[in-house]
Amino acid sequence: MNVIFNYFGDVFGAIKSLWAGMCVTGYYFIHPGQIVTQKYPENRRKLVMFERFKGEVIMPHDENNQHACTGCGICEINCPNGSIEIISKKITNPEGKPERIIDKHIYHLSMCTFCGLCIKNCPAKAIVWGQQFEHAVFNRHKLTRVLNLPRSSMKKKTKESKKL
Amino acid sequence: MNFSIYDFTSFINWIDNSLNSYMSPGWAILVELVILGLVFIAFYAVIGLYLVLAERKVCALIQNRFGPNRVGPIGMFQTIADLIKLLMKELIYIKHADTFLFNIAPFIVIIASFMAIAALPFAKGLHAIDLNIGIFYMIAVSSLGVIGILISGWSSNNKYSLIGAIRSGAQVISYELSVGLALLSIVIFSGTLQLSGIVESQANGWWIIKGHIPAIISFIIFLTTCTAETNRGPFDLAEAESELTAGFHTEYSGIKFAFFFLAEYMNMFILAALAATVFLGGWMPFHIAGWEGMNNVMDYIPPVIWFFGKTVVVILIIMWFKWTFPRIRIDQILTLEWKYLLPLNLMNIVLIAFIVLMGWYIK
Repeated sequence: MNVIFNYFGDVFGAIKSLWAGMCVTGYYFIHPGQIVTQKYPENRRKLVMFERFKGEVIMPHDENNQHACTGCGICEINCPNGSIEIISKKITNPEGKPERIIDKHIYHLSMCTFCGLCIKNCPAKAIVWGQQFEHAVFNRHKLTRVLNLPRSSMKKKTKESKKL
Repeated sequence: MNFSIYDFTSFINWIDNSLNSYMSPGWAILVELVILGLVFIAFYAVIGLYLVLAERKVCALIQNRFGPNRVGPIGMFQTIADLIKLLMKELIYIKHADTFLFNIAPFIVIIASFMAIAALPFAKGLHAIDLNIGIFYMIAVSSLGVIGILISGWSSNNKYSLIGAIRSGAQVISYELSVGLALLSIVIFSGTLQLSGIVESQANGWWIIKGHIPAIISFIIFLTTCTAETNRGPFDLAEAESELTAGFHTEYSGIKFAFFFLAEYMNMFILAALAATVFLGGWMPFHIAGWEGMNNVMDYIPPVIWFFGKTVVVILIIMWFKWTFPRIRIDQILTLEWKYLLPLNLMNIVLIAFIVLMGWYIK
């Protein structure tokens, strides 16, 4: 007798659990508002990427066209596949002291694996992740970028910011 | 000639008589067969293509996606574009394949489903052939397709194909029993094997309502087994993409692959139409005895719409199964059939015979 009870218990238990699964999918089927897919080319104007998204390496400049890169070259050393080249030069500042500034911070997007070692190791926080991801171009050379803008200069660290 | 969308008998007779008045009876039958064949080919292509699209849309909605939405409005022409692509693809020649069997296998599969569609009553008087053993014919013909699957697996010279074909054989031969027995329950209720007779017997209510609990059990068993019969998920072991690449049609390309694909969807349509005809009243409108007003409103909707509406509902349920349940193993499939569905079905048949004997159903 117990065997028969177990048998029908199995049958009804199976139907119950299958019905529970069908309820979940049925709920999604009749609720198109649950759709998570984004229609990409249509929504590109209002598309907001996540903060952690690694689109490309950029060098932010402030309103005075100044960046924070000291040209130390740590990013270049840390890059595992040689995507970064820094061309720096020595100048004499108005105080008469010799100073190193970057001439060109070259970033090869075509070689970058987006590992983030350069950004993690930058002592001056001069480079950050950008959110731009539409990188398709017709010529590979267009993927080689100079990150510092023309005629930009280095942001001088004030005493307050040094303390911070 | 008075043509009506509620009764096609006069329309069919008019075609028959006018053909017979132009030519000898032999030629008239030949022309009728050609017309019928063309109509069914067109029907086949349209239904097959739109079922594929419907499946992709249903699956997308269940998985919180959009599905095809680029070719035409809401992706209407996606499958037509796919078909054109498949037509232009190369038919790849397989080394050491049994060429003759390899080439005829897709045709066997598609002819089997083609034969089954002939017996379906689409509306009053609108069926290609009204056999007095309609259900028996449908069961017999719908199991022919597995021969094509076995041949394709055997002749492909590919171990994946062979495993897929053998699995499909074991599965279809097992589930054939339950399909037959589930349909037999309604045959006991209605007392006829003729599909049009079964539809006529549901004029005062569908069998799933008139036959109450045992008919509902039969309906559930039939839905389960016809999902297995058509090799669809969760019983899609014969193709099992994750294990066997594509199972029996791994080596097929181009239009031969499209034949297998179309036949799978048409088999689903045919079994859903059979379920609708036998359990849900076919083209018969929804009637409740005594409610004359509602019955008249229901009669106003054309039978073809009733037939396709019911079929679409059954198809949606089968698709819902596929996109909810994970694929089960071959031993689980055979356990389900031989230890659960078949004994339950036999008990159900005995119960129905008793109920019919005592007259405990809604007459």
